[in-house]
Amino acid sequence: MPPTLLRDTALLFGRYARQTLRSPFQIFFGVLMPLLYLFFFGPLLTGLPLGREGDSWQVLVPGLLLQLGLFGASFAGFSIIMEKNWGVFDRMRVTPVSRLALLLGRVLRDAALFVFQAVLLVLVALPMGLRAPLAGILIGFGFVALLSVALASLSYALALKLPTPQSFGPAINTLAMPAMLLSGLMLPMTLAPGWLDALSHLMPFRYLVDAVREAYVGHYTTPALLYGVLVALGVAALAVTVGTRTFRSAGA
Amino acid sequence: MPIISTAGLARTFTTRNGPVEAVRGIDLTVRPGEILGLLGPNGAGKTTTLRMLTTLLPPTAGAATVAGHDLVRDPAAVRRRIGYVAQSGGLDPQETVRSELVAQGRLYGMNRARAAARAEELAADLGLTELLDRATPALSGGQRRRLDLAMGLTHRPELLLLDEPTTGLDPGSRADLWALVRRLRDEYGTTVVLTTHYLDEADALADRLVIVDKGTVVAEGSPAALKAAHGAATLQDAFLAITGRGPTPVDTTPVAV
Ligand SMILES: Nc1ncnc2c1ncn2[C@@H]1O[C@H](COP(=O)(O)OP(=O)(O)OP(=O)(O)O)[C@@H](O)[C@H]1O
Ligand SMILES: [Mg+2]
Repeated sequence: MPPTLLRDTALLFGRYARQTLRSPFQIFFGVLMPLLYLFFFGPLLTGLPLGREGDSWQVLVPGLLLQLGLFGASFAGFSIIMEKNWGVFDRMRVTPVSRLALLLGRVLRDAALFVFQAVLLVLVALPMGLRAPLAGILIGFGFVALLSVALASLSYALALKLPTPQSFGPAINTLAMPAMLLSGLMLPMTLAPGWLDALSHLMPFRYLVDAVREAYVGHYTTPALLYGVLVALGVAALAVTVGTRTFRSAGA
Repeated sequence: MPIISTAGLARTFTTRNGPVEAVRGIDLTVRPGEILGLLGPNGAGKTTTLRMLTTLLPPTAGAATVAGHDLVRDPAAVRRRIGYVAQSGGLDPQETVRSELVAQGRLYGMNRARAAARAEELAADLGLTELLDRATPALSGGQRRRLDLAMGLTHRPELLLLDEPTTGLDPGSRADLWALVRRLRDEYGTTVVLTTHYLDEADALADRLVIVDKGTVVAEGSPAALKAAHGAATLQDAFLAITGRGPTPVDTTPVAV
């Protein structure tokens, strides 16, 4: 990384992180939905055969972690729609600040926020009955970070591309719901009939969930974990590339 | 060498209802140290022109050199040399006057201490010292406008592009701004391009005026020359003659509110 990119990224990360810290609502609201699933959906699974190694918490918590990242990060674009309306986005684009830093500063704030929420979720899950190796839990946080970087980048790109801001919310909902269902976040796809299982293999997030579930039962060298890492890195690299292109050309 | 020179600079927006030719081809030359007034009726293409010159909006045709660098080939070099104040401003409602001024200095590459000192200087120059720790939504319209201006001056750019800088300012603040613009030119040799709808302001402040209408330059010259060319006593009359708007509207439709 050239020094100006590093400096500009740190600068913008600091600005957005301070703005987030001033808004506790924003920090804690995101964990609310996964917590509700943990309290009111988790106990239903405890005795059920889920077709995977590990108890029900080792299957559900990885899903909830990625659900948190999926919904949180895909709505990140809202903030840039507001910055555009305030004129702040153009004000920054007139300065010599690195275009990639304009994206990375935000995306890293998002990753930090969602990893923090993931930590909270795991801390609450422990007294509920979650038992998993520490390394596995840390690997899970790594996946939340990568998923956040990828989805937030795409979300910012989409927010800049859409002709009307009103279409952003519905567009994201339309994309996020099938993504959640098809990746087996709530219940593993091993329970699915053949056609659904096959279909879900086309959904990149499925590989991430499977990988975190492997890590939560202490399997660090299985193909599932490897695929998860490769897919997560690939999607994140692609998303940041798309995001930077969009930030460079963001015109009308 | 001119600080701005454009040839056939044009921008067409594609909308659902077909193309909008906002700027149809502008040839413009601005000398270093000049105060240039860009005038024109609403929708003439002034803001679109400035947004192109600041690298915010890619032109759909034509070419331009700004502060010695090609607009399209080297936008980063252009950005380092220019300051811009947008027509609708650009303040984050989650920040304070001070944090916005410091952030702006940092975005232009200053270190923390330099940016903090510069924030104090700018606040003093624009009468914002008392307001430094106020949140931006708690500023009045004119105070906000002065903060927008301070932000554009942060890095002492050699070229300042101001889009309706005095809209919403009280007479005193407007006079202060005129004095500030003249001082920037006299002390630092800053070139200033500004748009305005106040023709007294254009008359008093600008060395030269460029009048655009429907996306093209329709007249240019010093305020005195424009008045003389149209046998007009005031710039207002010359402007109306040039843009073809009669002094009294000939609209016969009844007023509907
Ligand atoms: N993003 C856009 N999409 C479509 N049309 C646009 C867009 N931006 C500006 N226009 C149109 O381009 C024309 C020129 O607009 P511009 O904002 O440059 O005018 P202006 O001279 O700054 O006017 P004003 O004095 O009202 O600020 C107008 O007809 C406007 O409606
Ligand atoms: Mg305008």
